[in-house]
Amino acid sequence: MNIDYSKVNKITINQSLKLDCGVTLEKFDIAYETYGTLDETKSNAILVFHALSGDQFVTGTNKLTGREGWWNLAVGPNLAIDTNKYFVICANVLGGCMGSTGPKEINPETNKPYGLSFPVITIKDMVSAQIHLLDFLGIKKTLSVLGGSMGGMQALQFCSLFPDRTFSSIPIACAASHSAQNIAFNELARQAIMADPNWDSGNYFLSGKVPRNGLAVARMAGHISYLSEQGLQNRFGRKLQEGQGLNFSFDADFQVESYLKYQGYAFVDRFDANSYLYITRAMDYFDLYRLNNGDLSKAFKGTNVKFCIISFSTDWLYTTEESKKIVIALNSIGAQVSFVNIITNNGHDSFLVNEPEFFQTLKGFLDSTYEEFKSENSR
Amino acid sequence: MKIQDDVLAGLIDINSRVLDVGCGDGSLLLYLKKNKRVDGRGLEINQKNVQECLARGLAVIEGDAEKDLINYPDNSFDTAILNQAIQQFYEPRKVLNELLRIAKKAIITIPNFGYWKVRLSLLLKGTMPVTKTLPHSWYDTPNLHMSSIKDFYNLCSLDNIKVIKSISITSDKISDIKTNNLEVKNLISELGVFLVSK
Repeated sequence: MNIDYSKVNKITINQSLKLDCGVTLEKFDIAYETYGTLDETKSNAILVFHALSGDQFVTGTNKLTGREGWWNLAVGPNLAIDTNKYFVICANVLGGCMGSTGPKEINPETNKPYGLSFPVITIKDMVSAQIHLLDFLGIKKTLSVLGGSMGGMQALQFCSLFPDRTFSSIPIACAASHSAQNIAFNELARQAIMADPNWDSGNYFLSGKVPRNGLAVARMAGHISYLSEQGLQNRFGRKLQEGQGLNFSFDADFQVESYLKYQGYAFVDRFDANSYLYITRAMDYFDLYRLNNGDLSKAFKGTNVKFCIISFSTDWLYTTEESKKIVIALNSIGAQVSFVNIITNNGHDSFLVNEPEFFQTLKGFLDSTYEEFKSENSR
Repeated sequence: MKIQDDVLAGLIDINSRVLDVGCGDGSLLLYLKKNKRVDGRGLEINQKNVQECLARGLAVIEGDAEKDLINYPDNSFDTAILNQAIQQFYEPRKVLNELLRIAKKAIITIPNFGYWKVRLSLLLKGTMPVTKTLPHSWYDTPNLHMSSIKDFYNLCSLDNIKVIKSISITSDKISDIKTNNLEVKNLISELGVFLVSK
């Protein structure tokens, strides 16, 4: 698929951004989308952070890929995050491949794509870049910053860095640091990409041969980790492909195999392999404990942000226990924190699928918080 | 129950920090927020109830008091409330002492097993009492550790817990419980409300 990136909405920030790795970007682009309208008192802005494989096209149709927005079930008119009511903003992360500055983009110093000359970025860098978007949109304080998975990490990092820029936050299915298992899965994905001869040390833009197989395998590994054992079993079991027996070969006999292959290769058409390396690295480096000498509560000391932490019972990638650690840290400093653990079979992916209890929690918290924020702003 | 909310609110200082353990749908917290401007938090085991609390703008954590109170720092609240829930814990004594570690004061309410109707029911019928405040049959009751007002007093003195104030509620009648009327109040109260501290 050839994506026409000229259709991307973006702003160029002509201010330098000093990255955690020490490199300074003299200027950078942020590609973004907005949904709904900002109200008069500017009380209804919600900044959504996307996850590893996501982009700025939260809902509706992604005008670049023609696919549905990744959070179509939660964000839209009359949905949990109601775009008739709220002004929803989402930016492609720094290091991403949907128009924000990343390894796929042209390095102004060399006039060639960055490739691996792009600096290694962190979750903090992503969030620091996006604060410029809020400034550009004239939003001093959002109603909420929220997201699932890596989006939840950005929400936590945002609240730690810019506690005065949001009234509330909903970190979903995430953790305050990446576990050894999380890092291991990401390393598996990176090794799969780098083992593809087409990858060519990240210079595949020279040959035009995309490391499709490597990226597809990376995505397949990720996909397994997003689902629960029970969820996979319920959906596929040992079911064979339609009208087939065992073929005594290594083609996809089982439905679960063809499902994974489909997911893997569909991903290749819309995602950049180098971006996958950079973003997974940013996730691995995320550690709010280490940044605060082991005491997570220090990351939020004195915060006035209203938190609602949400986890999913069968999420084995970002477990309920990891979410509880965040709750305990916030609780220990008297922060306003709520917590819900949704019972489900859908694993880590729960936040992306139809999960009515999750949506109800989201909606209840957002709507009541909006009333509070609105009355504070009109005082 | 409006009258009960009023009694409990009367024991809470304005602008204080309050933890409601087993806060249900948040009605009491909301009442205290409006009438006493408290900075309130809730802990609740039932998810539907937690969702209701969030929709009402309350900060409530889904959790089990018996496992989760340990995570609250010492003296982080002015008052902890345990409203008709102490009898449902496996270790009510431990929970009571935990509350007094977390908060300076605690308010405990108990359905009084010493109430004459309860006593009479067991005496005459010979079966476990089923009353307005104790509506369950013995086989499906969530209540594991029933006590009377006198029992609760005894536990307090055993654990060196000071009873600052105790109130008897029967239907809509409210009266003070004192050491010199304890036997009578233990007989005529449906509900006991205790404000205690260490």
